[in-house]
Amino acid sequence: MLENLWSNRIPCAAVLLFALGFSTLLLHPNLIKKIIGLNIMDTAAYLFLTSLGYIPGRLAPIIVNGDTDPSHYVNPLPAGLVLTGIVVSVSVTALMLALTIRLYDRYHTLDLDKIYMMARQEQGELQ
Amino acid sequence: MKKKKSKFSQALRKWDEGSFDLTDALPEEQIAAPLPEQPYDWQLERPVVRLEQGEISMYRRLYPIFATVLATVMILFLFAAMIALPHTGSTQTPTLNELTDRYVADGMRETGAVNVVAGVILDYRAFDTLGESHVLYSAAIAVLMLLLSLGGVSMEPDPRERLITETDPILRSTAKLIVPLLVVFGVYNICNGHLGPGGGFSGGAIIGAGLILYSLAFGFERLERLLNFKSYRVIVVVALCFYSLAKCYSFYCGANHLESFISPGTPGRIFSAGLILPLNVAVGAVVACTMYGFYSVFKRGRI
Repeated sequence: MLENLWSNRIPCAAVLLFALGFSTLLLHPNLIKKIIGLNIMDTAAYLFLTSLGYIPGRLAPIIVNGDTDPSHYVNPLPAGLVLTGIVVSVSVTALMLALTIRLYDRYHTLDLDKIYMMARQEQGELQ
Repeated sequence: MKKKKSKFSQALRKWDEGSFDLTDALPEEQIAAPLPEQPYDWQLERPVVRLEQGEISMYRRLYPIFATVLATVMILFLFAAMIALPHTGSTQTPTLNELTDRYVADGMRETGAVNVVAGVILDYRAFDTLGESHVLYSAAIAVLMLLLSLGGVSMEPDPRERLITETDPILRSTAKLIVPLLVVFGVYNICNGHLGPGGGFSGGAIIGAGLILYSLAFGFERLERLLNFKSYRVIVVVALCFYSLAKCYSFYCGANHLESFISPGTPGRIFSAGLILPLNVAVGAVVACTMYGFYSVFKRGRI
């Protein structure tokens, strides 16, 4: 079992990164830190996908000298998936930062607990 | 009917100019009850807050416990999955199946791209990449919608900060040196995407970084002669439409077994690999403009 963990040490590092990001996302009250945590989780997913496609001793999937033997190249599919993930994470990060700017403009704080309390009080006043 | 239509077109024109106020569209009685303008000062209003704070403190005490338990359970599950996974670098993994074998073995002959990843994402799975470009564009539109109306005082950068960044000799001379290299390297990356490492996304991001550095060193006004909101819209919409129409044509031909005039060409040449080079250029234009657009919107509230 431990031998298995050692031979899978790169995916294990990805899991540790994921844990770091996930606990930041859950436990930190600051909105910017939450966004950073989500980005760390994204990075962990990319590391995991890349480690699935990697095979030591093989070339990057760019055909050299017309050699099209599949056993000479690493898996090209995870690279494409990671590319998709990077673009989506950039878009999501930009959207979250814009929403954070709007929230800060209204409540003048980035602390989610304070924002939550102020929003509840505003709701109570309106009713 | 005529009057109503003219009112609608007037609103549409105002919306296009960016001066459309959402309250214009609301019925009268909803405008009558305005939202509280000032942010609520929660520390001054003790009697109301104390009850709320009791509720919040309960929530605050329980939330970290639940969050820690949830995170720990999830991490333990993930580590259990790690034990069951095949070894990293093993050639017997289920991800290395006949699909990837086919991509490598026949990819160069079928798509004409020497870089197999470019062939996969811009030919076999081009629909996926089209969706990606649209995700990026929709995110840019959403950020614009959220921050354009904010406008005015709070988004304008501090004049002192502008004075510092836009007259800094180190920044200016570094930018003079680096920006042309960045743009040339980005164009090389885009045009070389089917022959080696690179492609529209990375090249576009490099060009976007060059544009951001230029506007940081020399001010937005000088870059606006090249790239303002109007040209941004034109570039992005033309690139996305070209991508969609080109892929429509190739899907139509492929599905109906028609002869397509797009040929893979000689692998290894710059003008080869059929649609991959023009699609890379389109994607690169979208990514470069969107990266600069994000920066500009976040910095000063408009493109």
